[in-house]
Amino acid sequence: MRGFAMRKVYMDHTAGMPVDPHVVEEMKRYFEKFYGNPASLHSFAQEARKGLESAREKVAGLIGAEKSEEVVFTSCATESNNWAIRGAAARNQMRGKHIITTGIEHMSVLNVCKYLMKQGFRVSFLPVDKYGIIDLEILKKELTDETILVSVMYANGEIGTIEPIKEVSEIVHDKNAYLHVDATAAMGQVAMDVQEEGVDLLTLSSNDMYGPKGVGALYIKKGTRLEPLVYGGGQERGLRSGTENLPGIVGMGKAAELAEAEMGAESERLNKLRDKFIKELLEHIPYSFLNGHPSKRLPNNVAVRFSFIEGESMLLNLDMAGVAASSGSACTAKTLEPSHVLLAIGLKHEEAHGSLLFTLGKQNTEEDVDYVVGLMPDIVKRLRAMSPLTPKELRKSV
Amino acid sequence: MEHFRNPRNVGEIPDADGVGTVGNPVCGDVMTMYIKVKDNRIVDIKFKTFGCGAAVATSSMITELAKGKTLEEATEISRGDVADSLGGLPPIKMHCSNLAADALHEAIKDYQKKQGANEK
Repeated sequence: MRGFAMRKVYMDHTAGMPVDPHVVEEMKRYFEKFYGNPASLHSFAQEARKGLESAREKVAGLIGAEKSEEVVFTSCATESNNWAIRGAAARNQMRGKHIITTGIEHMSVLNVCKYLMKQGFRVSFLPVDKYGIIDLEILKKELTDETILVSVMYANGEIGTIEPIKEVSEIVHDKNAYLHVDATAAMGQVAMDVQEEGVDLLTLSSNDMYGPKGVGALYIKKGTRLEPLVYGGGQERGLRSGTENLPGIVGMGKAAELAEAEMGAESERLNKLRDKFIKELLEHIPYSFLNGHPSKRLPNNVAVRFSFIEGESMLLNLDMAGVAASSGSACTAKTLEPSHVLLAIGLKHEEAHGSLLFTLGKQNTEEDVDYVVGLMPDIVKRLRAMSPLTPKELRKSV
Repeated sequence: MEHFRNPRNVGEIPDADGVGTVGNPVCGDVMTMYIKVKDNRIVDIKFKTFGCGAAVATSSMITELAKGKTLEEATEISRGDVADSLGGLPPIKMHCSNLAADALHEAIKDYQKKQGANEK
């Protein structure tokens, strides 16, 4: 492209994050040195057990759990979401067969709900406003004595919007239903407190806070009735049997410890970077818009859309310039439908198709943002010149 | 990739002899083909597209394939030819190359319809 070495900018952190070197160091010890099975009796096992329980305490600490045993390790956030919803539905169906969730949840929530509908449960999918925030009045109306579970995400990774969990919790608990919160996208970015915010079940992911992939957790508030996920040797309090993925779990623990220590300063830094990024993109490019809420927003999330053009073409152009981003648009996904989240906030199909998602991380600098902001106007202009949807009078100027 | 990076024949022909538009913005792809015809041959062809990378590349490829061909030859350019010329496309992207071929055929039909009207 140009004569000098191309700059490489990674801004797709929601899809995948690098693992923090401190986390890798910690994990290595559990591959090479403390390989004992935590269930055994000898000293090798004791070290392994210590590592397991210390990781549990660190994760519990990050979310403000009362007791560390309320945290159960799983293999990923999708597993935690599946388990929370299916497990609560199965164990509490004697009380009622109604579940409430929102239209902008992750597929690992929506598809479990659809499965439960086939099993005879009734599921209400709450609408959201144009920012992606759920309507508390509608929630109140939908809740009945039959409602056993409400599942609302902490924040949406695709549009960045943060939901009013505490208010949701008060409404849900008034009706004695359980509240499940998918905190995957918010992990390590927003300080959360399950006791203060009133959460019964919380889904956590490791890779979303610089931990390894292949490990997640489910917080289960003491007293919450949930069917076990895996039957077997009784690991994880008999709720999820199977030999623990110790290196992964220890890695998640270390990641939680680092997140707790670094989150305050890092989120503040990212907030500034995010706001500058959004402001300059919208200023420099006509017919560009922000997806999601301007202030109730994840620090790493820059979700924007550009009229008359399509997301994947922008992504390919960015990739050619060394920039990794993402789009919720048709062609990138396995289906040709635009993202259900973008449709739920009221975007038309062609608007949704023009969306781009940049998710920032630790290694991103202000220079990275300047680089991308510098590239985007030309990319948009070039694609608009090519698009039959661009209004004639704009073709030259935009 | 080359056809995406440097698409050939982008634009419109203001006094085109035939114009074909297919797709719709709802499914994420719209393609317009403009052809200029002389002595039954496509002497110039241009396109506009709103669509993913594959849509851009297939539009560009089909304009290259069609240029200079007689209308009969151009009509025979099939959906598969475009993908083959690009070295194959993943199944999910095949609809893009279908669109490009469809747009070309629409443009040819449009030309023939206009010719028919003129002769009457």
